[in-house]
Amino acid sequence: MIATFDVARIRQDFPILGETIHGKPLIYLDNAASTQKPKAVLDTLLHVYEHDYANVHRGVHTLSQRATDLFEGAREKIRAFINARDIKEIIFVRGTTEAVNLVAQSYGRSSLQAGDEILITAMEHHSNIVPWQMLCQQTGAVLKVAPINLAGEIIMEEFEALLTERTKLVSVVHMSNALGTINPVKRIVEIAHAKGVPVMLDGAQAIPHMPVDVQALDCDFYAFSGHKLCGPSGIGVLYGKEALLKAMPPWQGGGDMIRMVTFAKSEYNTLPYKFEAGTPAIAEAIGLGAAVDYLQTIGMDKVAAYEQLLLDYATQKALEIPALKIIGIANDKGAILSFTLHHIHPHDIGTMLDQLGIAVRAGHHCAMPVMDFFGVPATARASFSFYNTVEEVDVLIDGIKQIIEVFG
Amino acid sequence: MFDELRDLYQEVVFDHNRNPRNFRVMEDATRKIDGFNPLCGDRITLYVKVHDNVIEDVSFQGSGCAISTASASLMTEIVRGHTEEETHEIFELFHRIVTGEDSRTNFDELGKLAVLAGVRAYPARVKCATLAWHSLEAALKEDAETVSTE
Repeated sequence: MIATFDVARIRQDFPILGETIHGKPLIYLDNAASTQKPKAVLDTLLHVYEHDYANVHRGVHTLSQRATDLFEGAREKIRAFINARDIKEIIFVRGTTEAVNLVAQSYGRSSLQAGDEILITAMEHHSNIVPWQMLCQQTGAVLKVAPINLAGEIIMEEFEALLTERTKLVSVVHMSNALGTINPVKRIVEIAHAKGVPVMLDGAQAIPHMPVDVQALDCDFYAFSGHKLCGPSGIGVLYGKEALLKAMPPWQGGGDMIRMVTFAKSEYNTLPYKFEAGTPAIAEAIGLGAAVDYLQTIGMDKVAAYEQLLLDYATQKALEIPALKIIGIANDKGAILSFTLHHIHPHDIGTMLDQLGIAVRAGHHCAMPVMDFFGVPATARASFSFYNTVEEVDVLIDGIKQIIEVFG
Repeated sequence: MFDELRDLYQEVVFDHNRNPRNFRVMEDATRKIDGFNPLCGDRITLYVKVHDNVIEDVSFQGSGCAISTASASLMTEIVRGHTEEETHEIFELFHRIVTGEDSRTNFDELGKLAVLAGVRAYPARVKCATLAWHSLEAALKEDAETVSTE
């Protein structure tokens, strides 16, 4: 595997990996928060602004047409990347959070009534909890939470038991940002569909780490962010099945989402534009298209296999440290190592690792209920990407050992 | 290896983190308050006994990083016996120094608290050092709400 995955060459594509932090080479292990950008994406952004930039879908002038072609070209690249049926199903949003809010406010508000239920799990990110709580307040619907076990896996029997005739929507994270757990989402979709319940998947963490085929998953909505996928921030995608999107009312009103406006009434635009009010993040969308192109030259299956190798290595080394406890030991797990050290707070771990040039996240990872479940205030989290190396894992492990020594 | 961090993690900080002083529930507290740092999840419950405007005793419970635990521990030792006004003045001075607003390098007035002055080089950690103090300020104002560093 390693032989066919030339990580040294890949690292050259990421200019920031040449940085030094406190005099040490940067070891960037905060990829679950945001990933770094390859030169192909950076060059694309600059090129757009230097040569192709104008507003989209508006002008008759050449530059506007050029920008529109690139913008719509990016939409097509993303469609192909997740194997959606049609570009009408690819809605550009700011990120995963906005996508969840869009579904909650458009689909949820128009189809849920008091007493209806929304089913999520105990390992959701705040962005897949709070929009539903807001929707519940607005409609009188009830939020149900499927529990997880101590390994950090959904307890499927309980999940099934919570899926009743009152359930109107299921929203589940594909891969947990706090635990690394990869959920059996295909199975979840099957179970929910058997009861006629649509399923939304929060793909923010999953999509950078594995091939995602929305038709194979048969999910009804799939949301992800560009910045976790080597793309720019401020751009993300909501995939939705055309029939559902078509029936949903617009969420935000404004320019671009209308076909005709008078003071008496407005006629809405067709998909996907109905959900894209206002000037979108033009260069960022084109940049995300470039990121997708870049990832496809590597191959998401190769990314997944290489990262699994990194995770296995890191896990094995971590288990050799008696004071270290891994939080999240699911069978099916992505390249996230969330851990605590006996008597040493994650914040102290974060500051000390930073001194060694290592960037990790320390905190609750926007998943406070997960922290409560495991009885910890926070964890330290090393999250890997395909540009990380086994040698970097060694430096991390060595750093952890030094911290334990210093704290005594 | 961590030499550069010596300003932040002084021996006194390690000592107070390992053996926090006044780390206990106070049954006869006149005021009790919960402090919370939503950024990192640190929680503190602070117990204060005030009599005739003088702080007779302060204790705390909770979980936090070394900086926040040491800061809370040092605080409980330092404010005891001071009036509410004096305590407020100590807080103000401490706050100015850890936020870098006051850039002096002589911390005599701070006494033991000076060991936390190194925090100012780490903006992300200032809230760790001030959580207990913000909680105490709120407790003295008899603000019943949970205090947050945000």
